[in-house]
Amino acid sequence: MSNFFDKSDLTRKDVNNIVSDTLKNCDDGELYLEDSKSESILLDDNTIKSSNYNSDLGFGFRAISGEIVAYSHSNEISRESLKNSSTNLKSTLKSSNGTYNCEIPKSNKKYYNDINPIDQKSLNSKIEILNKVNNFLRKKDSKVKQVTASFTGEQKSVEIIRLGGEALTDVRPLVRFNVSVMLEKNGRKETGVYGIGGRQSYDDYLKNDNWQNVCEEAFRIASVNLDSKPAPAGEMKVVLGPGWPAILIHEAIGHGLEGDFNRKKTSAFHNLMGQKVASEGVTIVDDGTLDKRRGSLTIDDEGTPTERTVLIENGILKNFMQDRLNARLMNTRSTGSGRRENYKHIVLPRMRNTMMLSGKQTQDEMIKSVDKGIFAVSFGGGQVDITSGKFVFNCTEAYEIINGKIGSPIKGATLIGDGPSILKEVSMVGNDMMLDPGIGTCGKAGQGVPVGVAQPSILIDKMTVGGTKL
Amino acid sequence: MVKEQNYLEKKAAYCLDLAKKLGATNSSVIVSNSITETVNFRNKKLDESNRSDNLGINITTYIDHKKSSISSSNLLDHNLKVLIEKCIETTKNTPEDEFNSLPDKKLLAKEIKDLNLFDNTHLENDKKIEYLKQLEESASYNEKIINTESSFSEDKSSFILANSIGFCEGYKSSSFTASCVAVAKEDKSMERDYEYTNKCHLEDIKSAENLGKISAELTMKKLNPQKIGSEKISIIFDKRIAKGILSTFASAISSSAVSRGTTFLKDKINDRVFSDNINVFDKPDILKGLGSKSFDLEGVKSETLDLVKQGVLKSYLVDTYNGRKLNLKSNGRCGGISNLYFDNGKVSYKDLLNSNSRALYITETIGHGSNIVTGDYSVGATGFLIENGEFKYPINEFTIAGNFKDMFQNITLANDLEFEYAINSPTMMIEGMVVAGK
Repeated sequence: MSNFFDKSDLTRKDVNNIVSDTLKNCDDGELYLEDSKSESILLDDNTIKSSNYNSDLGFGFRAISGEIVAYSHSNEISRESLKNSSTNLKSTLKSSNGTYNCEIPKSNKKYYNDINPIDQKSLNSKIEILNKVNNFLRKKDSKVKQVTASFTGEQKSVEIIRLGGEALTDVRPLVRFNVSVMLEKNGRKETGVYGIGGRQSYDDYLKNDNWQNVCEEAFRIASVNLDSKPAPAGEMKVVLGPGWPAILIHEAIGHGLEGDFNRKKTSAFHNLMGQKVASEGVTIVDDGTLDKRRGSLTIDDEGTPTERTVLIENGILKNFMQDRLNARLMNTRSTGSGRRENYKHIVLPRMRNTMMLSGKQTQDEMIKSVDKGIFAVSFGGGQVDITSGKFVFNCTEAYEIINGKIGSPIKGATLIGDGPSILKEVSMVGNDMMLDPGIGTCGKAGQGVPVGVAQPSILIDKMTVGGTKL
Repeated sequence: MVKEQNYLEKKAAYCLDLAKKLGATNSSVIVSNSITETVNFRNKKLDESNRSDNLGINITTYIDHKKSSISSSNLLDHNLKVLIEKCIETTKNTPEDEFNSLPDKKLLAKEIKDLNLFDNTHLENDKKIEYLKQLEESASYNEKIINTESSFSEDKSSFILANSIGFCEGYKSSSFTASCVAVAKEDKSMERDYEYTNKCHLEDIKSAENLGKISAELTMKKLNPQKIGSEKISIIFDKRIAKGILSTFASAISSSAVSRGTTFLKDKINDRVFSDNINVFDKPDILKGLGSKSFDLEGVKSETLDLVKQGVLKSYLVDTYNGRKLNLKSNGRCGGISNLYFDNGKVSYKDLLNSNSRALYITETIGHGSNIVTGDYSVGATGFLIENGEFKYPINEFTIAGNFKDMFQNITLANDLEFEYAINSPTMMIEGMVVAGK
């Protein structure tokens, strides 16, 4: 755990005094301190293209009065800098007369260990694996024209100091191993990407030469796409495979269930609490407590322990995801969903691991029931317009379905749909729920945070596929 | 106050010295500081104030052709020492790459022109609040507008780039940005749209009234959208979307994509990749230009590039590393483009709308649907149906798709270019794209 003040001209008592003095007439707020170390090592085009190390230190000081948030952050942890921030916050909230609620829930549960993944594996052994990946793939097939592989790792120590001096701490490891391969056949080029990761050491993911499986998967996806034909265009049935395709649920439904958009009534879901928003059999939870998963957190960035929040239960809207600010203004409690990218950013209600739970049907049944449609196995990026509810996704691996059978792979398909109505179109929920491999980063208001998703196979009765073949 | 140049220069010199002492054969360093003050409004009330003070240093050390880099926000000498030691150690353990090197000394920028990028005006938060009040007042003139969010941001930055072959230059710059997002509602339809203004100098930004009014009008126009069917049709891209297509073109001609072979524009120099009368320029010396710069991230002088002349691709965006790989000289584009734009076309905006009896006018796209390896393009879109030059009704929940190789050959540009952003395009029409709808 970092001691944030031992190299500064501040004692803990000084800091507590400044925090208490700044927040005394406010409704909420805290001093958030962060010390992060991160690395990235990249192999590309047959060589180690870059090896970077980053160390970042800073604080973010937040004061809240009613709906108003005042925030100030700096890299310099010193009396002068903290005082400047305090003055800045007080001048924004000069007429504040709130009552600070010191109470914050507690839990002893931890969902990952205090490790520093960067130091746990030597640079040389990381470089060795990247070189093995490159050789393995280039030897595997002469169609391989480009290989990119990378390690990224981070250890982030945070401390949250609240009025009264209560301090909450967390040490968060995070790693990711990624492989991208480009194949070329008859002048046509296609790429396949696969990655793994989460909140434990690199070696936990690389046991038994697991890097080979990552290579094989990236290669398989690229090969499938080499033989793909143009995607159909128009409205049709769509079967989503299990695991990572749940990023569609994340975009289409998840964002609309975040507290801020609902408090501000800009989400299409804001007046639907307790109502049926999905087909029967659809249950969606957002869970920060899964062991060592990418989206898991022991405490959120306001110090609230995370939890498993039921968002939709058997089709009925049950809860929004809340941080402290939106929970207070909506008269409910924080669900431990207050997150920020780092000390430079304010807290927003965000997702952790968003999961649609298993139902009873099999993927086979779904495919058999479709006369004309597509089977989407993996997605690249997606995006949603919270207000209109419209979302899009780009398929990175998809197949056509004709008369109940999986046909040719298709390329460049974009799925577009309407968030609030998509879940009502779910007509089958599979029994094969799977977690994603630990690769998701969610963007909101310019802030990226690591997230996870999970789902079983599902059948959506009607969705627009944006291909080029009319 | 943002840190002065001589403070940053001292830090840079300290790092270069230390790196040399510790065994680096070459090194380069960027030291920067920026202070941003932002005020956010929501429904005519103060919502958030944010002051951000960012220090940053990025050091790259070379031992012959081995290279590694570190970055940090902690500029205290003892921390820099620990990091540089670590960086040297990592460099030693990183394999050689024969193309790693500092730029050719002859290409470094010598005269640094004053491009008028810094406006010292400081706007107190109370003044920002006043601007946003006017803005939201103006945006809320119609009762259909049910939510407004606006923001005013002032940024002052300062940086120094130095390297071990004698380059040490930097400058201050400023930026003022105001934006407004409006939500409109009518019956069951709820829509959102936005407008923003971003300039180096405060006096050049749009007025609060104007900005508020435009964002409200754009939003209300989108109410009660209809779905459309799938078909092949001409697409007219609003300027704000057209500039995104230009930005994809820029990624496709970056020397890194070319040397890796991961772009559909590899080996296309002197080929006709656009329709006949298309010209694309990247001009770094526009006074007050948002993308203006005298040199790139390596210190190499940036000059105007005629990237595309009469439809023919003339140049890639080249940095030192990839340039050496491709046997090309760096043209000062490490870090990308400066002020990139399509030259004006020959037809007026009105004639462009009238050139087909039916067309779709696109005002927003969503999704990351541009693939520069294959050139495939497929995004979700929102816009209007145009019939005989008239905006008929708003449309949404459809996708547009094509391949840039064909799309670029079918571009017609209007003559309404304005220099609003770092990347600018006139209104653009592309014929024969595929629309997928209901």
